[in-house]
Amino acid sequence: MTFLLALAAATLPVPAGEQPVDPYVVDNANAGAVPVRGDALWQAFHGQAGVGRIVDSLVLLNTSDPRISDIFKGQDLVRLRRTLKEQFCYILGGGCDYTGRSMKDAHKDMGLQTADLAALIENLQKAMRDEGVPFGAQNRLLAKLAPMKRDAIER
Amino acid sequence: MWSHRLVAGLLIPLSMAAPARAGEWRGGGKLLLATGVTTIEGAAGGGLATWALIAGNETRNGIGGSAHVTQVQLDDFGLTTFGAAIGAFDRIEVSYARQRFDTRAAGATLGLGRGFAFSQDIYGAKLRLVGDAVYDQDRILPQIAVGVQHKRGNRDGLVRALGAKSASGTDFYLAATKVLLDRSLVVDATVRMTKANQTGLLGFGGDRHGGYRAQFEGSAGMLVSRRLLLGAEYRTRPDNLGFAKEDDAFDLFAAWAVTRNVAVTAAYADLGSIATVSGQRGLYLSLQTSF
Ligand code: HEM
Repeated sequence: MTFLLALAAATLPVPAGEQPVDPYVVDNANAGAVPVRGDALWQAFHGQAGVGRIVDSLVLLNTSDPRISDIFKGQDLVRLRRTLKEQFCYILGGGCDYTGRSMKDAHKDMGLQTADLAALIENLQKAMRDEGVPFGAQNRLLAKLAPMKRDAIER
Repeated sequence: MWSHRLVAGLLIPLSMAAPARAGEWRGGGKLLLATGVTTIEGAAGGGLATWALIAGNETRNGIGGSAHVTQVQLDDFGLTTFGAAIGAFDRIEVSYARQRFDTRAAGATLGLGRGFAFSQDIYGAKLRLVGDAVYDQDRILPQIAVGVQHKRGNRDGLVRALGAKSASGTDFYLAATKVLLDRSLVVDATVRMTKANQTGLLGFGGDRHGGYRAQFEGSAGMLVSRRLLLGAEYRTRPDNLGFAKEDDAFDLFAAWAVTRNVAVTAAYADLGSIATVSGQRGLYLSLQTSF
């Protein structure tokens, strides 16, 4: 079964504008969190359009944030934006599938520290504020992302 | 020319020996308010309740710290506290605070003299045992820490005459703190083994009870923005002294992270009866800087 999935993953087409990545097994479990129930939170984020704006703005904030911008240099930001939108949509109950890698695999050997994550969270908070997501709804997404620290942060 | 090469020759092996910024120490890195504010006893916490959070803005990769000054203006008394704390690796906290309790006009009524003051030095240490109050959002386990506060008062003869066994003593506590992010709540529950009368300002132990007793202190707050926490606290006290009743204390507070490095806490505090003078309520104001 795993072999078949791996085979399927290996033959996944590379979406336009993205670079190929090493084969991996596509699975919603890679998103690293169980989706919320209902679609109230998805509405609070203004659905697909809102999450699209938040992720675009988050990636822009990260790549221009002197604390963490170096980490994003030379990375496939087209893929990052697509998979982040999928991940947030999946977690927020927007009904998407997440097709990216697991948080452990995606951040392997980056040597990320807790302070890098705090910087990213602050940028995400700004992006959500700018989108007009209510503070309580922002915290519900952050509550889902926070435990991923154990997989993304190495030191 | 050669000096460039020399520098490059020195730097390249160093940077290659250290992949991906390994071993890099940094300051900062805690989210706003995740450092708590400072209690009247100098530890990271709320105002009355000591929390399991470690002082300073550092993460496990660095060292941080804080300094504070607090003024509590009660109906008949004033309490001023100032001090500083160091947090190392988000694991260990050491703190110092000096409390000064001014009896103001009541000092004359109590026969001590107008403006008579009790002071004490508080040396604290706290160790985070398990849990991460902020990031462990998929676990029920709170952040748990143990700590000690060694307190040395300056009125040995007087507090003994009032019935206390000593002007100095040591409190031991176990604190559990959790941020419930999906509800924007912050909760803490702490058990303190103590003999202290009025946090130690009126000495330790008394004619009614001499030994250690477990007391509870706790806070519950709501994050209304990433900068503002509104909440309430409760603290039980031992009531060891025969001459003066000691009541439980509570407060309603607003802690505001003005910037990454400055927090202001304002509270309405009710400390009950102090040294026979009942109904001591008033305004609590605290300024903290952290890095
Ligand atoms: C818990 C919080 C985080 C989440 C939910 C998250 C999510 C993601 C996702 C979905 C991907 C794409 C996976 C894929 O390509 O298949 C990714 C990749 C990446 N993340 Fe994160 N991330 C987090 C923390 C961080 C932090 C703190 C940093 C650095 C400051 C960071 C930097 C990167 C970079 C540079 C990539 C691109 C990796 C590559 O293309 O090889 N991430 N992240």
